[in-house]
Amino acid sequence: MIGGLFVYNHKGEVLISRVYRDDIGRNAVDAFRVNVIHARQQVRSPVNMIARTSFFHVKRSNIWLCAVSKKNLNAALVFQFLYKMLEVMGSYFGKINEENIKNNFVLIYELLDELLDYGYPQNTDTGVLKTFITQQGVKSQTKEETTKITNQVTGQIAWRREGIKYRRNELFLDVVESVNLLMSPQGQVLSAHVSGRVLMKSYLSGMPECKFGINDKVIVESRRAADSSSAAGATKSGHIAIDDCQFHQCVKLSKFDTEHAISFIPPDGEFELMRYRNTKDISLPFRVIPLVREIGRTKMEVKVVVKSNFKPSLLAQKVEVRIPTPLNTSGVQVICMKGKARYKASDNAIVWKIKRMGGMKEWQLSAEIDLLNATDKAKKWTRPPISMNFEVPFAASGFKVRYLKVFESKLNYSDHDVIKWVRYIGKSGLYETRC
Amino acid sequence: VKDSMRGLAVFISDIRNCKSKEAEEKRINKELANIRSKFKGDKALDGYQKKKYVCKLLFIFLLGNDIDFGHMEAVNLLNSNKYTEKQIGYLFISVLISENNELMRLVQQNLKNDLASRNPVHVNLALECIANIGSKEMAEMFAPEIPKLLVMGDAGDTVKQSAALCLLKLFRTAPEMVPLGDWTSRVIHLLNDQHMGVVTAAVSLIEALVKRNPDDFKGCVSLSISRLARIVTSSYTDLQDYTYYFVPAPWLSVKLLRLLQNYPPPEDTTVRNRLAECLETILNKAVEPPKSKKVQHSNAKNAVLFEAISLIIHMDSDPSLLVRACSQLGQFLSNRETNLRYLALESMCLLATSEFSHDAVKRHQETVVTALKSERDVSVRQRAVDLLYAMCDRSNAEEIVGEMLTYLETADYSIRGELVLKIAILAEKYASDYTWYVDTILNLIRLAGDFVSEEVWYRVIQIVINREDVQAYAAKTVFEALEAPACHENMVKVGGYILGEFGNLIAGDARSSPSTQFQLLHGKFHLCSPPTRALLLSAYIKLVNLFPEIREDIIAVLESDANLRNSNVEIQQRASEYLSLARNSTQDVLATVLEEMPPFPERESSILAQLRKKKPAVEDAIRVRGEKQQQRPASGAADGAAASAAPIAATPASGGGGGVKLQGDIAGAESNTDSDLLGLDFGGSAPAAAAGGGGAGGGSVDLLSSILDVGVSSSSSSSAAPSAASGASAQRKTVVVGAGASGSIVGEENWHKFVCKNSGVLYENDILQVGVKCDYQQSSGRIVVYYGNKTPAPLAQFASVINLPDSSLTNQLGIQVKPVGDRVGASEQVNEVITVDCMAEFFACPLLNIRFVYSGVAQSITLKLPLTINKFMQSSEMDSATFFQHWKQLSQPEQECQKIFQAKFPMDAETTKTKILGFGFSLLSNIDSNPANFVGAGIVQTKSGNIGSLFRLEPNQQAQMYRLTVHSIKPGVSKRLCELLETQI
Repeated sequence: MIGGLFVYNHKGEVLISRVYRDDIGRNAVDAFRVNVIHARQQVRSPVNMIARTSFFHVKRSNIWLCAVSKKNLNAALVFQFLYKMLEVMGSYFGKINEENIKNNFVLIYELLDELLDYGYPQNTDTGVLKTFITQQGVKSQTKEETTKITNQVTGQIAWRREGIKYRRNELFLDVVESVNLLMSPQGQVLSAHVSGRVLMKSYLSGMPECKFGINDKVIVESRRAADSSSAAGATKSGHIAIDDCQFHQCVKLSKFDTEHAISFIPPDGEFELMRYRNTKDISLPFRVIPLVREIGRTKMEVKVVVKSNFKPSLLAQKVEVRIPTPLNTSGVQVICMKGKARYKASDNAIVWKIKRMGGMKEWQLSAEIDLLNATDKAKKWTRPPISMNFEVPFAASGFKVRYLKVFESKLNYSDHDVIKWVRYIGKSGLYETRC
Repeated sequence: VKDSMRGLAVFISDIRNCKSKEAEEKRINKELANIRSKFKGDKALDGYQKKKYVCKLLFIFLLGNDIDFGHMEAVNLLNSNKYTEKQIGYLFISVLISENNELMRLVQQNLKNDLASRNPVHVNLALECIANIGSKEMAEMFAPEIPKLLVMGDAGDTVKQSAALCLLKLFRTAPEMVPLGDWTSRVIHLLNDQHMGVVTAAVSLIEALVKRNPDDFKGCVSLSISRLARIVTSSYTDLQDYTYYFVPAPWLSVKLLRLLQNYPPPEDTTVRNRLAECLETILNKAVEPPKSKKVQHSNAKNAVLFEAISLIIHMDSDPSLLVRACSQLGQFLSNRETNLRYLALESMCLLATSEFSHDAVKRHQETVVTALKSERDVSVRQRAVDLLYAMCDRSNAEEIVGEMLTYLETADYSIRGELVLKIAILAEKYASDYTWYVDTILNLIRLAGDFVSEEVWYRVIQIVINREDVQAYAAKTVFEALEAPACHENMVKVGGYILGEFGNLIAGDARSSPSTQFQLLHGKFHLCSPPTRALLLSAYIKLVNLFPEIREDIIAVLESDANLRNSNVEIQQRASEYLSLARNSTQDVLATVLEEMPPFPERESSILAQLRKKKPAVEDAIRVRGEKQQQRPASGAADGAAASAAPIAATPASGGGGGVKLQGDIAGAESNTDSDLLGLDFGGSAPAAAAGGGGAGGGSVDLLSSILDVGVSSSSSSSAAPSAASGASAQRKTVVVGAGASGSIVGEENWHKFVCKNSGVLYENDILQVGVKCDYQQSSGRIVVYYGNKTPAPLAQFASVINLPDSSLTNQLGIQVKPVGDRVGASEQVNEVITVDCMAEFFACPLLNIRFVYSGVAQSITLKLPLTINKFMQSSEMDSATFFQHWKQLSQPEQECQKIFQAKFPMDAETTKTKILGFGFSLLSNIDSNPANFVGAGIVQTKSGNIGSLFRLEPNQQAQMYRLTVHSIKPGVSKRLCELLETQI
């Protein structure tokens, strides 16, 4: 029961204000601005109670998105909704910033009407929304079309309309993983986890039923147990242990629970099929070996070695190493053989960029940092960790798509006729090494 | 121009243009890196560059970022001869360098150089910097120098001005550092300076100095009056720069007027007339048509006017001026400006306290009342209430209280509580007809029951009980009030009490027959909180006495499980006790036990104290007036609120014999009432004692009786004591070793009483009562010292220190003190717990030094702590054989001590016995051949061992003499015991 929804810019000016319930007045808009956006001390809590009214906010770049309620409602639901809404808006007009919101405010109000009804979240599926909220001019819909929309939205399979036809049946699977790491200076892994998403883009005719197979330990083993007779030879340990996963609403969870099979009728177009997390047996694509030496009070030497740790045939891209410098740095000399390194004063860091880096390589950077004598000696440099960004063409968790089968009984195309593309992308999340 | 610092301007505009905080942070980081590389660079920076970068750093700092470099560069700037560079350097230093930075030495050196400089601009900069830093260290270093600049003949005006302000700042941070010398007399003459800026600065300084020692600066009165006269009479064109929107030198005028408020009206008539003229001129100017419509003009004019009025009020000597001020304020009451109305009401409050203008203020009553009703601003309404309260006297009390009551219905919640108190006080103070008083208070409870504090209804009951003429009326009114379908719990309390006491007075009326009364009360019973229910139960048992015919009904109520088995112990106990009383007693017993409450002693209303707690300043002013008034007219209403100054008066216990217990219990029901009305909060031990059924007879438990009443309340009060003391955990040094006791020791005679007993009043004067209660067990003891403030004002900076006069005591006694808070509120009592361990035998007596500030005067009292060696003695029993065996063993000369002395008290065998037992010895019979002789034994228990002692006391009735012989293991102990016992018998 969200009472109202407000969007502010960074100055606290209201860009969008939509009130769903009578118990929220105009003054709630000001209350949030005064108490949170303009608060004397930065407000870090995402939920704030002001005058018996709860304010839930998320901040995206410079935009504040705030849901208000007088009721005691499920905060997780509100945040899930807010993030979903950001996603929906993003898919409509790209980056969420003040200018885009101002340019699309009519659209946003239209969306808000659809997303929430009397404060209750409704359909938040981008694909469905896009069928009836378009950015084109208003086109009067015929009666059949409106009934079709109604049927679809209220029907059992709300995410896919009937009668879709493609000349080429095609589907794309992207496995996108972000690798998070915290490593001690000695190379000991302090914490590491991978959060991955399976994104699917489907251009399939009719109402196809898809079956998706991955190398998850549980699924593989249950399959093996089912046909134990034939499993004699297959003892390959190519499966991974997924800690937890969640699926798009189109996946039949009952089937997943009983048969460990991922079976679904996909929405048309792009969607996120599943999301998972993995903490075991992660193959870290890079290792950073730092060496920091403080020479006296006015000089410091930094040596950083980056080792790529994957098949030589693969190529990492957009590799960037960020080496923080002390706050009293007065000058930096950097030497590196590969890539480009520069001292970025505005970030207080040396940024080392490498466009491409093959597997099993080892590159090195060394820098001399001049320091200014600080008057206040009490403050010691805390040595923040060296962070790293990259993109590699494999899944660090070892996640593999085993199969994706498409069955469409009514139309005459079979699994073999569908063109399938699978791609793995490993990205860096928070990839840090202490120095 | 090179001086414009383009880089800085660009940087600032860059920052301003940043879209987000992150962008701003990046820009700042970049700039900081740039400055660092510049400061580090090999190339020496010139002054301009240094200035520019220091400026940037300053700007970054002001944006909220930390700056930890550049201080050295800023200090370097001080060496420059260019004004702008020096200025920026000083600015950076006064903003950024902390007091204990090591660069401070360098800075101070620079400051010294600049102060000695011949260039006045440099001197000025240095002075400003000193004032801006304004640390203690600065004061120490420069305070002696600056007065020289101030009175130096050839110093420029600006230097003098800055020097005065700088000195003021240093004086405020460290008054003790500023030396008072011959310059002080010369400072006064700055008031005559040509330059108005110097005068303004000097007045500020003089006012601060005057506050410390007014006598040294008496000369400034006439000087400032003449200065004021010159300003007031000048036209606005005369003062040029110092005229502000056509008002000549408003700030200076205000300061001069404020300075004059530190002194009584001048005695010299010419001076006084001159001042009166000035004030008159100011008042005249107020009525002139404004010279400008700008708000600044009227603000400045009114500022001077209000300060003049407060001076008039302060002097309180010229009736015509007071009346004129009052009429001027009256005009402001209907002004459009809310601020003016507020200020007018505030000043009028003070005017109302002056005898000359009181009547003039009263003329505006109607305006104030309308302000109360129509004013939109709550703070102004609050002031209006204050004013009404202040202007109230016998003639208009009824009207004002009526208005306040009507206002109460609509009043803001924030001021209701105070309003209720004020109405209650006024109604009581000026009640000529007590039926009116009862009506008013009942109305008050009806309208704002939630805001009526306990004190208010206690007070009604007191008054009703003490005045027979209103009792019947009160019973009737209360009865009618209770008939309303919904009434406040406080009303039920009053109703229960009054009907219980005086229900018989209205029983004759068929409409309020006994059973109706009971039904009415009982109808509210279930809606009330437990304390009220308990009170109602007491009322019921009283009704049993008044109306035997409804006895059965009441027994039924008492018998019901809801009461007899109530989870609340208080209710349960009352129900069961009253039940058996109602069932078993004859009418005679009932009549004795449930007799009407005796009249309360007259005392100051505690409501007044409560109000004073809320608003000390105003109330005190009004109270002073109230006292003045009471001295003048010998009004018959001496029973008014503020009549008795001494609030502590013990009420004699009423009832007797078997009736005591219940009487005490009924009193106990109201014992909260009583202890609160006394204004002495006895930490909850009083109700506990009464409820414990021990039979504490006092209807009102006061400080004295509860301390003396050890036998009854020792358990409860001693358990209350540590909990109260444990609140104070501040670690202060409370035990001091030193030979010299500061101040003479008082209360010596009281001390002697404590040798044989453990509780009582150790010391008492007009301000403070010190009570002591001790417990000893073996070698350790606990002394609880009760400090009771007998005055209606708090004692500030309260501290007590245990002083050990003999340094050897430190090894003999282990003393630990749980200190009290540093404040004893008006009529409050605090206690201090001292735990003592006896390590070894001791002979000296620890001293207790109490210091506090009462009404601005520091007081110090030194008392002997009643801690003697016999306190640690335990009596021991033995047969004659053992006794004589010990006696012989301990008969070496140093172990024996014998004294022959005159009896100090009548030689009564029984009292002597109790004294000896109280002293700690046992009394052994059948040992001495002469039965008149006393023989006994005791063991002094210390941590380092036990000391057995024996004594023999031979009285000689004819000569009125005693012979006392004490034998003890340790030589000194027998002597000391002998001395101590000697004083007692």
